[in-house]
Amino acid sequence: MISSKVVREDILRMIHTAGSGHPGGSLSMVEILIYLYWKEMKIDPENPDWEDRDRLVLSKGHGAPALYSVLARRGYFSVDKLDSLRKLGSGLEGHPHMQSLPGLDCSTGSLGQGLGIAAGLALGLAMKKSLARVFCILGDGELQEGSIWESAMSIPALKQKNIIAVVDRNRVQLDDAVNKIMPVEPLAYKWRAFGWAVAECDGHDPADIERAFSTKANKPLVIIAETVKGKGISFMEDQAQWHGRVPDKEQLKKALGELK
Amino acid sequence: MKATREGYIEGLLEAGERDTRVVVVDGDVSRSTGTIAFKDRFPDRFFNLGIAEQNMAEYSAGLALAGFIPFYSTYAVFAAGRAWDQIRTSICNMNLNVRIGGAHGGTSVGPDGATHQALEDIAITRVLPNMTVLVPADANQTRQAVLASIDIDGPVYIRYGRNQVAELYNREESVVPGRGRLLRDGKNASIVAVGAMVSIALDAAGILSKKGIEVSVVDMVSIKPLDIQLLQYLSDVTELIVTAEDHQIAGGLFSAVSEYMSENCPERIIPVGINDRFGCSGTPDQVMKHCGLTAEAIVGKVEKAVKNK
Repeated sequence: MISSKVVREDILRMIHTAGSGHPGGSLSMVEILIYLYWKEMKIDPENPDWEDRDRLVLSKGHGAPALYSVLARRGYFSVDKLDSLRKLGSGLEGHPHMQSLPGLDCSTGSLGQGLGIAAGLALGLAMKKSLARVFCILGDGELQEGSIWESAMSIPALKQKNIIAVVDRNRVQLDDAVNKIMPVEPLAYKWRAFGWAVAECDGHDPADIERAFSTKANKPLVIIAETVKGKGISFMEDQAQWHGRVPDKEQLKKALGELK
Repeated sequence: MKATREGYIEGLLEAGERDTRVVVVDGDVSRSTGTIAFKDRFPDRFFNLGIAEQNMAEYSAGLALAGFIPFYSTYAVFAAGRAWDQIRTSICNMNLNVRIGGAHGGTSVGPDGATHQALEDIAITRVLPNMTVLVPADANQTRQAVLASIDIDGPVYIRYGRNQVAELYNREESVVPGRGRLLRDGKNASIVAVGAMVSIALDAAGILSKKGIEVSVVDMVSIKPLDIQLLQYLSDVTELIVTAEDHQIAGGLFSAVSEYMSENCPERIIPVGINDRFGCSGTPDQVMKHCGLTAEAIVGKVEKAVKNK
């Protein structure tokens, strides 16, 4: 398993080099992505199009830098490529574009769409009798999109079991705290009311993440992972302004020095 | 006379029979659009997701990612409009094999009025990269459009209607993307029409012929890609094109034809269509007349333009 420090270093360097990107929501889901790609998902980086692989739909597509780092570190493409984030022709699009980079199972970027796509994909895989599962990472701010709740309603109704949703509950969105802009809580109650099994965990504690993923349920499972936006960097943590801000040279140096 | 939706259902059932990848995603309108026949025949490949078009478009994208060919079917006004961002960002950006069946296209849903009349669907689908847009004119052609869509790589929008329209084609005449049909050849002017306006354009051509004006009539069933060879031919033979569509003039067939012609073979193009207004309740015939979608309107425009040449 790669260390979260390496992935956070990648994220900070990539966004600094690109001159744009979203550090806050990338840093908050690092441990979740590492757990998925090293422990949970049945994948083969040598064979990224393997039909029966587990899939990931990153519904909060602006977290692309974290996903790119994890894919590179897992061997889907060269780590050297990470420097080319958001550069013309690099394949590391600002938001994930499936056809442009190996290892991406879905293009995303417009919030609110990933859960329904993951659900359709899971439905199709089940119809083909594949044992593959589909994981979908959502932001908590993203849950303000009504389309999420259309999908939240249909997935239990269709008795879909091969889909696992993960909410990266970092409690901050672009403009301000989620509860100040448009509250989405109480999330566990809402998902349960829609027919889901809910597991909550510390989204930065690998053991606790593993415990949540091992939840046995006879319903579709959503894992609500408590996280910190901008995790690991003192001046970024919980700060809405770091949703889409780029660290300058000094800030990058300071941030890299703080990582453990 | 037969509604194009009957052709859509026939095509859908045949496509489902021929190809097990074909599935239907419906939004609580299966009794109205007729897709319930698909549910009866292939219950395991039919999903009614309720009144939630965004989710329908997303499921369709996911099913296409898994290798299926989903027909995302509901009223055109919602199919294309309510889930436009899903169609753009998820379906078209990933170039997925989703077929969008837009029922009740144009004024064909008459009495339901403005809210349910899709008069902008061609504009908002044809502007999207990777999208093919087919607007068949009768039931047989709609059946063929559905069957042809199975072999198209990427998303396809098929617009069809509820009201009875004249039968123009035999069952075997295929639909090919990028190919229109020259239904009548005349040298004084050309009418390029789609959907329900094709048979009205033929009526107009008959009236004009009695007045000594011979016009060509083209059915531009494939609005995207356009049949540019046929447009080139019309440009060589005639100096005036009138477009006729049951859709807003802005962004639809008139725009598509004008865009090509202004770049490649400039000539005068006059639109017959919905002129920047909403529809209203009435029988389809009444609404079409009210909005100026008649053979007489086409005749008037052709006559005036030919005389003032």
